[in-house]
Amino acid sequence: MSAIPEKGATNDPRLERRAAMRTLLANRGDMLVVTGLGSTTYDAAAAGDDDRNFYLWGAMGGAAMVGLGIAIAQPKRRVLVVTGDGEVLMGLGALATVGVQQPPNLAIAAFDNGHYGETGMQASHTQMTVSLCGVARSCGLEAVYDITGDDALQEFAGRLRHFDRTMFARVAIQADEPPRVLPTRDGVVLKNRFRRSLGLE
Amino acid sequence: MAATAVADWRASIFAAFKSADIRQIGYVPDAGHTLLIQQCGADPDITAVSLTTEEEGVALAAGAWLGGQRCALLMQSSGVGNCINMLSLAKSCRFPLVMLVTMRGEWGEFNPWQVPMGHATPAVLEAMDVLVYRVDAAADAGDTVAAALDIAFNGGLATAVLLSQRLIGAKKWVK
Repeated sequence: MSAIPEKGATNDPRLERRAAMRTLLANRGDMLVVTGLGSTTYDAAAAGDDDRNFYLWGAMGGAAMVGLGIAIAQPKRRVLVVTGDGEVLMGLGALATVGVQQPPNLAIAAFDNGHYGETGMQASHTQMTVSLCGVARSCGLEAVYDITGDDALQEFAGRLRHFDRTMFARVAIQADEPPRVLPTRDGVVLKNRFRRSLGLE
Repeated sequence: MAATAVADWRASIFAAFKSADIRQIGYVPDAGHTLLIQQCGADPDITAVSLTTEEEGVALAAGAWLGGQRCALLMQSSGVGNCINMLSLAKSCRFPLVMLVTMRGEWGEFNPWQVPMGHATPAVLEAMDVLVYRVDAAADAGDTVAAALDIAFNGGLATAVLLSQRLIGAKKWVK
């Protein structure tokens, strides 16, 4: 008997990442968006570049915390962090920190393909023993959604329009690599245009 | 005399925070920062965020600036090592950053395990292009922190103020 239970992740229903991102951002209104290092940055750019997107091209593990800082600073704006399972795993403590703060305007969606897509599709912990939703619940979050199908994704996208407590969603996505769509990598440009969109520059 | 002087330098740092309109702090608890953490936590205009590791604070500060608020970080020198890769966020995007670092592994250190990171703290910060200031005398604390806040937020630079172990007082291990 293996010490590591098989979760059969590859047999789960899984969503296509580009379509999933389009669904989340389709009616974003004035929502602010942070994406994590790697594929979620390409997915957001593919859905339509926007000054209110802050793409991380590095700082792996930092996406949720960047979102937390924005959410505290902009309590009247909704903030959505979309990042990958590997990126969440690298900064797992951030979920504990978010769980303590619980800003009502912050939502985190983890695109979980069970792999480190950027580095050659090595298996991540989420296809072994780790449940990101379980971690989020253990950190004190109550609005936690495990999304494996389109109906649940549509429902979550609807919740993103009006929400009043911290939300966490794990979105099961296919482990594929659609063609890269690369937004600017100039961090100063990304920072300044984001702040300008809020009237800060 | 000692108690008053201690209260004064800590209060002068909080006063510098208020003058600079600091609205968020990220901290990993440290005995040297106790009073500052309490003061910030009690201030209705400051959100005090307890971190599980110091690198979270670098990302928090970036988010705060993106959202239009100023954030300062409080940590111990051992925590500086946890921040190194995340400091690339500040450098790549030219985010303002202010880290107040209470030093361990210096004068009067009891625990040799604190020495390696304490000894390396200025060098690793400078390797990541963080501007390093140091405070050894209580009278300099407020002005030095104010200067760091000014160049960080008005100049878009990453700064660290090292609060020396001599200033803070060595940890008492046997009470």
